[in-house]
Amino acid sequence: MSTIAPQFRFSRFVGSLFDIIFWILLLFSLIGLPIVFIILFYIKMPLVNHQLLTPYLAMTWMADPSRTLPIIKTLLHTTFFHVVAFPGFGFAALLAAATIFIERKFLAKIQLRVGPLYCGKVEGILQLMGDGLKLISKEIIIPAKADKPIFWVGPLLFLGTAAAFVSLIPVAPGWVVANPSVGLLAVFATIGFFPIITVLTAWAANNKWTFIGGLRALHQMIAFEIPLILSLLSIVILTGTLNLSQIVESQQHYWWIIFAPISAIVFFICIIAELERVPFDLPEAESEIVAGWLTEFSGMMYGLIQLGTYLKLYAFAGLFTVLFLGGWNGPSVWPPLSPDLITNGITIGPITAKIAGLPLFDQEMLNGTLWFVIKTVGVILVILLPRGVFPRIRIDMLLHTGWYKLIGLAFINIFIALGLLYAGVLGPGGLIQ
Amino acid sequence: MTTPLPPGIQLEKVDDRIMTLNVGPQHPGSGHMRLIIKVDGDYIVSCDPDPGYVHRGEEKMAEYRNYVQNIPHLERPVIHDSCNILYPYCLAVEELLGIEVPERAKYIRVIASELNRCVYTLYWLAIYGIFLGHSTMFMWPAGDRELFIDLLEAMSGARVTHAYLVPGGIRNDLPANFEERCLRQVDYFEKRLKEYQAIFYKNPLLISRTEGTGILSRTDAIRLGTTGSVLRASGVDFDLRKKEPYDVYENLDFETVVRKEGDSYARSYIPYLEMFESCRIIKDAIRKMPKSGSVRTKLKPNPKGGNDEVYKRVESGRGSLGYYIVSNNRPEPYRVKISVGSFRNLICMPYLLKGELLGNMPSVYWGLNYWPVEADR
Repeated sequence: MSTIAPQFRFSRFVGSLFDIIFWILLLFSLIGLPIVFIILFYIKMPLVNHQLLTPYLAMTWMADPSRTLPIIKTLLHTTFFHVVAFPGFGFAALLAAATIFIERKFLAKIQLRVGPLYCGKVEGILQLMGDGLKLISKEIIIPAKADKPIFWVGPLLFLGTAAAFVSLIPVAPGWVVANPSVGLLAVFATIGFFPIITVLTAWAANNKWTFIGGLRALHQMIAFEIPLILSLLSIVILTGTLNLSQIVESQQHYWWIIFAPISAIVFFICIIAELERVPFDLPEAESEIVAGWLTEFSGMMYGLIQLGTYLKLYAFAGLFTVLFLGGWNGPSVWPPLSPDLITNGITIGPITAKIAGLPLFDQEMLNGTLWFVIKTVGVILVILLPRGVFPRIRIDMLLHTGWYKLIGLAFINIFIALGLLYAGVLGPGGLIQ
Repeated sequence: MTTPLPPGIQLEKVDDRIMTLNVGPQHPGSGHMRLIIKVDGDYIVSCDPDPGYVHRGEEKMAEYRNYVQNIPHLERPVIHDSCNILYPYCLAVEELLGIEVPERAKYIRVIASELNRCVYTLYWLAIYGIFLGHSTMFMWPAGDRELFIDLLEAMSGARVTHAYLVPGGIRNDLPANFEERCLRQVDYFEKRLKEYQAIFYKNPLLISRTEGTGILSRTDAIRLGTTGSVLRASGVDFDLRKKEPYDVYENLDFETVVRKEGDSYARSYIPYLEMFESCRIIKDAIRKMPKSGSVRTKLKPNPKGGNDEVYKRVESGRGSLGYYIVSNNRPEPYRVKISVGSFRNLICMPYLLKGELLGNMPSVYWGLNYWPVEADR
């Protein structure tokens, strides 16, 4: 039982919710509705389509799907919805939250533990909400000698940059927030902001541990950004485009991981290093430098950085899926709605309902999202796996890996890609289309 | 105008390249102590260990209690290894008071102290794992430690602070069916230990990180007076259980684990290999133990030691651990001096860390098998 509310019982909680709903309904129907009708009696109602717009009519329209569905459909295709909900922030944050839960349970299984168990009754499914509430309710402590404006803005910048990165990932055909023709360059530009933010916040906190952690993060990110960019050059050579949606479309018959496996491996290692995950978690190595560049963050500032980190994890996994695993391409799972249903409507017994804007989401979008989510979650699981298996590596080994081995491998892969292109196997006009 | 400094005080030369780091006492990688580390970039220029944050005055407290009352508080410095820290005290007091220990009690003492050595080593290994960022190696030993804690709980009734060894034998006899249970759990534990090797000791990242770092040569190890696993990792075959066998260790079948490298990897590997030897000792002791008999020689009430002094030492989880007790015809000891392995191994830390990377600090520090609370006493 929780120590905060020792008398808490779930059944009583649900009962009290029903109580509240009952009283709201009772008071609304006894007091609210008469007041509404008295007001409407004195107000002149407008005429819509030669009909007087009474409250009854308005409610009828709201319940009429043929009138509401087109409105919802228009809403789904606005930029606002794209940014806030589906391919943008909301979807990514939901996947990030699922990732945190999966990571905890997955790691617990490796380590012969059970993981979060109590919060939310079923396998600790609400643990993340509890942690979030705790972080929000905690005091934010700013060090006295910190550079306050930069220190304040650091977590927001980090989250904003991560969200900008998320916006570039195409989830389904046509479902992407930003689709510039130089999508891959935009990705590199966004990734390039992370070291700057890290060093700024680390310096602004005015602490020795954040300083060392920030320098480590800077070294690590620069050492791994160059092989990351070089490893993706082979994909650009093979497809001849920088647009991420076109790269996905080029993988309808085969995935690029088949022709560029070295590139995929190099890119995957660079992802882990960029995300500062085990075994490359040197900037946050707690036994050496407390918490690295995050040492001075408390409360929700730390929470924002964690959210940004997991958004970044989702975005990198999505990028791997888009570039190497064929993105939204996959066998059709979701059957298309029959055209008969759309033109003639549904017949249930004596009633025939014809709904105008019925296919809210087309079949391509549902299939694409399904395959994208499955592949991305798979990539995320493989990114999480090293945390249970590897110890942390040392800074000299890390730089050696980045500057010697990975850059060499990336160059080898560029030559392989050029060979495939000039031998006429792949690329425009190649043997395999 | 600079005023001359008082004699004995020297101002440090300030260098812009050198940064001083206070690792501890509020630091996740320090334990109850402080390391004053000066770094030039990522290289450690000098390291100055500063213990003493958990000094409890055990030696002074021992002068105000009689020989039996001293038992529970003397095990506090290392509650994870409480049988081994009480062992030399019991041996010393028995010699001082002239008590003979029953044969069965001697075997049970050996079993208890070897079980407790495994408990300590697993705890040490768990922290070694998390110091290197290997969270699975934190959880597995911490979970498997419960096997031995359960056994010791069945023997003594307490989970960590057992107070099981007393002058004159042990506090109480083994419970029924203890032997079968102990053998079963030790067999299971040996299987688990092999899995540790696959996930941790044969891990290429761990080997590349710890091999060849913090090398302590054989001559340096002897010159600096190190003991225990640190000494054996530098190629010195020195184990008190073999060299000065106490109680029944000479009858038991085991080997001393020695490695020649003297680096961090060898220092972390030796305690792990010694757990196999501990399991061998436990199984052998259970086989050779008399199946029945007395386990405790009764002491006289408030026993007085003669005008005498005695020094006894045993091999604990952290090296040789000795008690020097002086008595002057009174029920309380006149002086109790505890000589612990941790404090001796701490001395070589400045030598080992000089010139190393900051990232090697946790592996070198915890590889020394240092327990801050024991060193402060």
